[in-house]
Amino acid sequence: MLEIDNLTKRFDTVTAVNGLSLTVRPGEVLGLLGPNGAGKTTTMKMVTGYLAPDAGTARICGHDIAIDTLAAQKTLGYLPEGAPAYGEMTPREFLSFIADVRGLRGAAAVTACEIAMARTGLESVFDRPIETLSKGFRRRVGLAQTILHDPEVLILDEPTDGLDPNQKHAVRELIRVISPAKTIVISTHLLEEVEALCTRAVIIDRGRIVADGIPAELAARGPNGRLDDLFRGLTSSDLGSGNVGGAAA
Amino acid sequence: MNAVAAVFKREFSAYFVTPIAFVFLVIFLVAMGVFTFYVGHFYDTGVADLTIFFSYHPWLYLFLMPALAMRLWAEEKRSGSIELLLTLPLPVWATVLGKFLAAWAFAGLALLLTFPVWLTTLYLGQPDNGVILASYIGSFLMAGTYLAIGAAVSAATTNQVIAFVLAVAVCFLFTAAGAPLVMEALSGWAPAPLVEAVASFSFLSHFSAITLGVIDLRDAIFFLSLMALFLFANMLIVESGKGG
Repeated sequence: MLEIDNLTKRFDTVTAVNGLSLTVRPGEVLGLLGPNGAGKTTTMKMVTGYLAPDAGTARICGHDIAIDTLAAQKTLGYLPEGAPAYGEMTPREFLSFIADVRGLRGAAAVTACEIAMARTGLESVFDRPIETLSKGFRRRVGLAQTILHDPEVLILDEPTDGLDPNQKHAVRELIRVISPAKTIVISTHLLEEVEALCTRAVIIDRGRIVADGIPAELAARGPNGRLDDLFRGLTSSDLGSGNVGGAAA
Repeated sequence: MNAVAAVFKREFSAYFVTPIAFVFLVIFLVAMGVFTFYVGHFYDTGVADLTIFFSYHPWLYLFLMPALAMRLWAEEKRSGSIELLLTLPLPVWATVLGKFLAAWAFAGLALLLTFPVWLTTLYLGQPDNGVILASYIGSFLMAGTYLAIGAAVSAATTNQVIAFVLAVAVCFLFTAAGAPLVMEALSGWAPAPLVEAVASFSFLSHFSAITLGVIDLRDAIFFLSLMALFLFANMLIVESGKGG
């Protein structure tokens, strides 16, 4: 269960996220859509405790991220944009560090690492430094880190960005397998991904929600029954002026 | 404490999976040797003690400790892994402490590996081992203080070169505060309490007090409280980064 309550973030004069409220329930896979700079990443950074909001808050399984930060972060799996990791470590070392931080010990840690590596298909590379791996494998290392402790809530910032079609498919399959009973938020600007994967789509623009519904229903609202038409109609183009641009990146 | 241990383990092993550990240890030991035996003319003194060896420590640490500390935060910020680290269920103080302790333990290891210098004095005569032990402890405390400064500076920038240069500058202020150059420049005109206050912040005067063989509690507390101060500053810098 994830509750976002009136979340607001300003950078200098630009309001990146503007009074955003949203409740995501277990079993939902919510696709957060929006043009670059709409506030998707900033929202995720605030929900996970990396950025402090200027107003509002988020509760993860009832734990307020601002007050009860550690308890909230324990129930959370977060894949930051670009899936950062420690390049000099191997996936095995990296995951056992994460297990250590997550309080998993001994056999429980080994089992958790093995399950996470099997689910993300990392077995063939587990002893190679992460910095030598391909982009697809690095993304999978990031995903393995997110699901290692079997969290209730998953926040994935562009989990398939930059992957080839096969890798995209594999990542979507993984999300589909783990999604029952979990609360999942993924940000993307791939509209077909939302249609393929998400049970709910939220389109945000300039830090505000402009559409919220089941992907197929939202698509039906567009002039040609397609989600991208609706998307273009509701969101502001980067080509025009006044967009928040890179401020949220 | 678990959180500190987890961060410590990762940070400490990071020195060894990269060439940093090897390069640092070699440079550290060669520099120690060169300054003691060639620059310091250890053999010519005809005395079997390590005064000369320890007298170069503040000046070597001035460059070597910032080199060890510069990557602690700047590298995480550059690579983006800071976002992962700060969204894991770790208290910020534990992350700050774990990183610092890893660097300090590594510096301690480098210091321990200078034991052949001590063996040399044992071979040459009967050194006062109490004085040597006190000096090693003092040197270790001073190294920790340089590292705490370096870690705090590293948290304030994404660039390791800037982190290094700034840390050397700050460390230099603390080191040179008691150097004859500064003291003579001040003592001509400045009121005595000011001269004493500046000198009291000097690593040199606190360290040389320890190398005389007595670990005065005040000297130990000086180094420990400066460490605590800079680690606290480090924590505030990391926390303030959350404001965006």
